[in-house]
Amino acid sequence: MADHAHHAEIDKVTGTATTGHEWDGIKELNTPLPRWWIWTFYACIIWSIGYFIVYPAWPLMDGYTKGLFGYSSRAELAVDLANLDKVRGDKMAALATAPLAEIEKDPALLALARAKGKVVFGDNCAACHGSGGAGAKGYPNLNDDDWLWGGTLDQIEQTIKFGARSGHDDAHQGNMPAFGKDGLLTKDQIVIMANYVRSLSGLSTRSGVDLAAGKQLFADNCSSCHGDEAKGNPELGAPNLTDRIWLYGSDEATLIETLTNGRGGVMPAWTGRLDPATIKAMAVYVHSLGGGK
Amino acid sequence: MLGDARGSDDAQDHERKLSDADKKNPEMNKPLRDTELLPDDDGGPLYAAGKKIYPQSVSGSFRRIKWILMAVCLGIYYFLPFVRWNRGLAAPDQAVLIDLANNRFYFFFIELWPQEIYYFTGLLIVAAVTLFLMNALGGRVWCGYLCPQTVWTDLFYAVERLVEGDRRERMRKAEEGWSMQRGAELVLKHSIWLMIAWWTGGAWVLYFADAPTLIKELVTFQAPMVAYIWIGILTATTYTLAGFMREQVCVYMCPWPRIQAALTDEWALNVTYKYDRGETRTSLKKAAQLRALGEQVGDCVDCNQCVAVCPTGIDIRNGPQLDCIQCGLCIDACDNVMTKIGRPTRLIGYDNDINIHRRMEGKPEVFKPLRARTVVYSGLIAAIGAVMLYAMLTRSLLDLNVLHDRNPVAVRLSDGSIRNGYTIRFLNKRGFDRVVAVDVDGPPNAVIHVVGSDSITPDRPMIILARDTTTELRVLVDSRPQSEEDLAPSTPVKFHVTDIGLGEVATAKDVFVKP
Repeated sequence: MADHAHHAEIDKVTGTATTGHEWDGIKELNTPLPRWWIWTFYACIIWSIGYFIVYPAWPLMDGYTKGLFGYSSRAELAVDLANLDKVRGDKMAALATAPLAEIEKDPALLALARAKGKVVFGDNCAACHGSGGAGAKGYPNLNDDDWLWGGTLDQIEQTIKFGARSGHDDAHQGNMPAFGKDGLLTKDQIVIMANYVRSLSGLSTRSGVDLAAGKQLFADNCSSCHGDEAKGNPELGAPNLTDRIWLYGSDEATLIETLTNGRGGVMPAWTGRLDPATIKAMAVYVHSLGGGK
Repeated sequence: MLGDARGSDDAQDHERKLSDADKKNPEMNKPLRDTELLPDDDGGPLYAAGKKIYPQSVSGSFRRIKWILMAVCLGIYYFLPFVRWNRGLAAPDQAVLIDLANNRFYFFFIELWPQEIYYFTGLLIVAAVTLFLMNALGGRVWCGYLCPQTVWTDLFYAVERLVEGDRRERMRKAEEGWSMQRGAELVLKHSIWLMIAWWTGGAWVLYFADAPTLIKELVTFQAPMVAYIWIGILTATTYTLAGFMREQVCVYMCPWPRIQAALTDEWALNVTYKYDRGETRTSLKKAAQLRALGEQVGDCVDCNQCVAVCPTGIDIRNGPQLDCIQCGLCIDACDNVMTKIGRPTRLIGYDNDINIHRRMEGKPEVFKPLRARTVVYSGLIAAIGAVMLYAMLTRSLLDLNVLHDRNPVAVRLSDGSIRNGYTIRFLNKRGFDRVVAVDVDGPPNAVIHVVGSDSITPDRPMIILARDTTTELRVLVDSRPQSEEDLAPSTPVKFHVTDIGLGEVATAKDVFVKP
């Protein structure tokens, strides 16, 4: 390259030295980079070596180079989460001590409970109840105003804490008996009953079915749980049969299946798995979905 | 390109003439001499050593303009954070404040929220088009007079000149080597530079917090670490860029010179050496002799004053070039010389090639500030500015954003009525709390309920919106149609929020759907 200094040829048009390279009569102009630029480039290379040494950089067979700083994004996340808990500590304490009924009246506590409840709901409840609590067949919709075990804040908290048929001592008990399988009712009686139950909420019935007989059968077999008016009983988890909401379905076939085999969905108990403040937040969240009484 | 509307006969005519003139004088635009074509010492290497530039001091009208603009720009930058603006007790009283912690930007009477960032977008578009307009009218006005790099470099050069002397002295001192005095001068110069740089960094952080409070914290070492870090960063960048990088920033780092080269047209006025008048360069004595003989000689006496004062170290007589920031100092230098030798001034001045050619052809000069591109640029600036102003003046200080529940989109209640859930974020941009009523209309027999709001008026929930903040609430709308057919699968729904005191109303639309 030293040669160029002596043999530098000047391009007439631009007044710029050429590098001496020529291709088919076209000569390459030499427009050198400033020297500080190349020093910056070297500095970047040196910086990258430092980076390589202090930060995780290179994959190995059983892991990777950890770097002198021992940085890990997972550890950073743990620190952030711990900080968050610390920041929220006071508010969560306020949530834990506030009476359940007061939380919804305090905008700040309500916002906190809803935010917390939404996350916990997504992590723990959404698998059955759906991400927005819309439910599915056999899993109640938590947005409507029909509650098997009661829809007040206290009742919701109770259900979350201990569940239904969860095996917990304080869990809600009570099953829909298997009237057909256990021989309590004959097949014909079950058909009559299914149609009678449909008639309670104004749904059409199969022609020729003796609804009067259904009424008698209902009084004999069902009213002890579902009530004389068939309005249900949240103490026993017996649903209201006169409304428009059906957990398993309102068509004749589904009702016959329900009457024949019984029902008894399980809701797990969350006490012990979630702390009381979190359960409280969840109760408020579920209540605020819209169906709460 | 916008300004390339060169459809007129006039312009085509002009182009033809240009090329004719070029044939007559092929080196028209490049009055370079062979002696200047010799390579410097390291003409060969791929990396060129920086050439230190020692700009000479100069006085004149452009220098005066630059001093004034420097004082205005730096004055605004350094002192604006101290200007107070009363916004009541609820808001900070700093006229210009970027309150990152609370997500607010204050500019005198304007308060912007993060979601109003589009005002900045509009401002940036106006700024960009203004640069285009400047470029179309007067070339690199921004580079020469207003760019922070130019302003601070100019200031640093002034300090250098004050401490070390003018061009010749500085060059002599640089060659002479070390002495006690030299060392003292360098220490003094760098100390002043660092103080300016430090003040620059210090002023920067004052825009992000209450200035008097932050200064108190800074001097008592109570300020947040991030403030010291930013002062450090900006001290370092100012010191490096204005003290050492200088013209290298313009020549190698900044994209704007390249963009301007693509933006310019033949009518734009640029700092130009009028070679029609200047060539052939002749020494003062020889010129007098030749003139006495009645011969035509150029006005340029080759005194190199234009080169000596140039802060980027170029020769303007080589024609338009990327390195020229068009600061106009060579105009002052040349004017001073022309005045002394009794020739007309503005041998270097704001001019363009068109007029050089016209003068050579004996035609009068033509200036066209009113061209398609300048009209379009001005129109764009006015239109965008008007839209922004209108949007700013009519923007609502009460607003609501509605988000429909996605899962479930609708719920049937036990009595057969239908419920849709919404998350509504209410915005109260005023500096005081207020009570608003929330109404809904659209679906048949619609009833609205705001979760957590105990209302004394059951059908018309009242909520309190805290000042200068947003409130997110869950809102439920129940509709009880007479029959299934009474409710379409999707019905438009409108939410109104009414400020009970001021009567201000905001409305948002959404839909109400059937399960």
